[in-house]
Amino acid sequence: MSASAMERRDFLKTGAAVGGGLLISLYLPELAHASLSAKTFDKLKSGKESATFAPNAFIRIGTDDSVTVIVNKSEMGQGVYTSLPMLIAEELEADWSKIKVESAPVDQAYAHPVFGIQMTGGSTSTASEWERFRKAGATARTMLIAAAAESWKIPVGNLRAENGFVIQISSGRRASYGSLANAAATLTPPKDVLLKNPKDFKLIGKPTRRLDTPAKVNGSAQFGLDVQVPGMMTAVVARAPVFGGKVVSVNAEKAKAVAGVKDVLQVPSGVAVIATGFWPAKLGRDRLEIKWDDGPNANLSTTSMREQYATLAKTPGLVARKVGDPARALAGAAKTITAEFEVPFLAHATMEPLNCVVDLRADRCEIWTGTQFQSVDRMAAAAIAGLKPEQVQIHTTLLGGGFGRRANPASDFIIEAVQVAKAAKVPVKVVWTREDDIRGGWYRPMWYDRMVGGIDAAGNPVAWTHTIVGQSIIAGTAFEPFIIKNGIDETSVEGAADLLYGIPNLQVDLHTPKIGVPVQWWRSVGHSHNGFAVEAFFDELAHAGGKDPFELRRDLLKDQPRMRAVLELVAQKGNWGKPLPKGHGRGIATHFSFSSYVAQVAEVSVAKDGKVRVDRVVCAVDCGRVVNPDTVKAQMEGGIIFGLSAALKGEITLDRGRVVQRNFHDYEMLRINESPEIEVYIVPSAENPTGVGEPGVPPVAPAVANAIFAATGKRVRRLPIRVVA
Amino acid sequence: MITLKVNGKQLNADVDPSTPLLWVLRETLGLTGTKYGCGMAQCGACTVHLDGEAIRSCVKRVADTAGKEITTIEGLSPDLSHPLQKAWMEIDVPQCGYCQSGQIMSAAILLAENSTPTDTDIDEGMSGNICRCGTYPRIRQAIHRAAEIKAQGGKTT
Repeated sequence: MSASAMERRDFLKTGAAVGGGLLISLYLPELAHASLSAKTFDKLKSGKESATFAPNAFIRIGTDDSVTVIVNKSEMGQGVYTSLPMLIAEELEADWSKIKVESAPVDQAYAHPVFGIQMTGGSTSTASEWERFRKAGATARTMLIAAAAESWKIPVGNLRAENGFVIQISSGRRASYGSLANAAATLTPPKDVLLKNPKDFKLIGKPTRRLDTPAKVNGSAQFGLDVQVPGMMTAVVARAPVFGGKVVSVNAEKAKAVAGVKDVLQVPSGVAVIATGFWPAKLGRDRLEIKWDDGPNANLSTTSMREQYATLAKTPGLVARKVGDPARALAGAAKTITAEFEVPFLAHATMEPLNCVVDLRADRCEIWTGTQFQSVDRMAAAAIAGLKPEQVQIHTTLLGGGFGRRANPASDFIIEAVQVAKAAKVPVKVVWTREDDIRGGWYRPMWYDRMVGGIDAAGNPVAWTHTIVGQSIIAGTAFEPFIIKNGIDETSVEGAADLLYGIPNLQVDLHTPKIGVPVQWWRSVGHSHNGFAVEAFFDELAHAGGKDPFELRRDLLKDQPRMRAVLELVAQKGNWGKPLPKGHGRGIATHFSFSSYVAQVAEVSVAKDGKVRVDRVVCAVDCGRVVNPDTVKAQMEGGIIFGLSAALKGEITLDRGRVVQRNFHDYEMLRINESPEIEVYIVPSAENPTGVGEPGVPPVAPAVANAIFAATGKRVRRLPIRVVA
Repeated sequence: MITLKVNGKQLNADVDPSTPLLWVLRETLGLTGTKYGCGMAQCGACTVHLDGEAIRSCVKRVADTAGKEITTIEGLSPDLSHPLQKAWMEIDVPQCGYCQSGQIMSAAILLAENSTPTDTDIDEGMSGNICRCGTYPRIRQAIHRAAEIKAQGGKTT
């Protein structure tokens, strides 16, 4: 989900039921546990500790002094199991070494304060919980102090909290939080609490080691694929080779002959082989003989789609933004340039292939999986299981990568697993192979962009038009009423329609062809393609007008002080303007996404055979107030490498309706020997926190393309850049 | 029945001899720290040690490992004391963490064979392990750091 969508106030006010029964409502960051269902609350209160103080849905303090933070966001590598507990610990004055983390059950109390559903996405975890988590901590601290005051018969003003203790200021007498837990549990939570002045922060803003690292270096971290439940079978599903295809007939004789295969069952998505483990299930699937009806997408090909898109791009689409009179400005420009940019379908390719464990009983359904979309998944699972949503519980495990794939609006991998469990009548773990993942759809859409720019006699851009062609990821989902306005999917034009550069005449328009390939948000969403087209074209305009690409950006950002500061910092740290050897080049790009400002300088070398090596990337970011600086750095590093995989390697193509690629040998990722040196600089800010997980991705592809031009004089307008011809 | 020597223990597994070692470790022996990523030796998530060599357990028939010394991430150290584990924690290498068992097991062999690897040595030794989160800069840094810890007397294998 895009930050631009999140920021729309009208989105917040739309408190109505959405098609599909998903309730989107404005959930204010309230802390009263009245909003937590009684069952969930009892379960939380009776955690592993003997007796506990649970002042709200997010904190449980045990008599053993343990402080458990219940995190409502999925940990997929972005560090929320550390940064969100830091917010609570800061205000609680907790002993950081005693903090434990638990994943939240599904409950409306854990809904995203803006989106109204329990989910992780849109680079919003810190931004959206910034206030609620701190208030949760402050509430607990206030109650612990009150409990000590009552027990010692002294005014609360004589007490302070520090490092897990309430301390009497005058005498130094102290009581640990655990010793006060029972007494605090009998008090009524205060309505209002005072939050710290940021100058008093002890934890927020300090580089803090992640709480989940030890478990991730000794093999004990539990991902969905590691879950075992009693009596569980493993299922592998044969899905249609063409999107939308259907089973005509199945001969399962050979599959059933494989030792360990227990059953072969037809399910809506295909044919499931149920076995004692992954290997017999996979061998069984290999031996299935299935006749498929390929359906309407039997002839889909990305080559013909590309022709269709290129033709569409020559005609204006629905106008997403118009400023001034671009047609007139172009007609009067001293020079105009036109360029077309294209990017392919991309798979998320999380390292942990999709999987889901389902234990379905007559009156309940338990699910273990790494998901980013608990509310949506629960609703979908309940509908398939024929149960009420509250009869379905989702245990969120660690996610072996998400990047948007595990926030599927159709809950594809959850629904299928419930269908398999329903048919198999035993607990099952559905496992996707890497091939299933690469060929399974729900890709970042393929995009085609046509840009026309005009410059005046002094070389300044006076007109800019951008026609975007690509599928909507939102059409047909429950989010359509909020994100598609007047036929325009905001996520298709984000990063283009909200261009920060001051260009007086501008038009951004959109064609949304309907194609039978399932598409979805992919780390940085619309920004992942618009960032490339916009920043690469800006570079072309700068050169056409004889301007330095950094200086021109700087000039046109005079009304954008935060982006300008980020740009100036990256130019300085990235040695902008300093000479490089022949065959080397430096490129610069900025991008505003998820309310954060990022600029990057890439240094590349291009070999005689046209092979590109990215040697160094320097990144500057302004993401408001920083909770854990080391996490911000890690997310920028990771975002850059994720973006480089897309810039240099990733491409999903279709031929005769079939996905051509199947595994990491032909859908490649950047490897360590191709990974540049990366430096990240954070601009200090007192603004509220903004996105971190995605904003590092968009600027890197254009920075590299612009660097290639600087090195070779050749323009790269199509990703991935395999060689410079 | 196949007898395996895993992390110093003799374990019996009643499995088809052609089953890849990966699935026997994960599903039969419950050692889930070794991960499935691709099933065709492309990503390194399933890396374990077989008689002191890093192998991709997703393509290794279990029958071919009988009687040999197998070490998985769970057997690297009992208490997070391996120099690589120390360095990984110090530098906070993992993000999602899924590939990290394989990264560490590959790095352990690299470090055992070369106690002062250069960046180029690291790039060569680690290019078979994919990290989708992009922790490569920190992996490089952590292997250098582990080499230092090892030189200062940390555990050596």
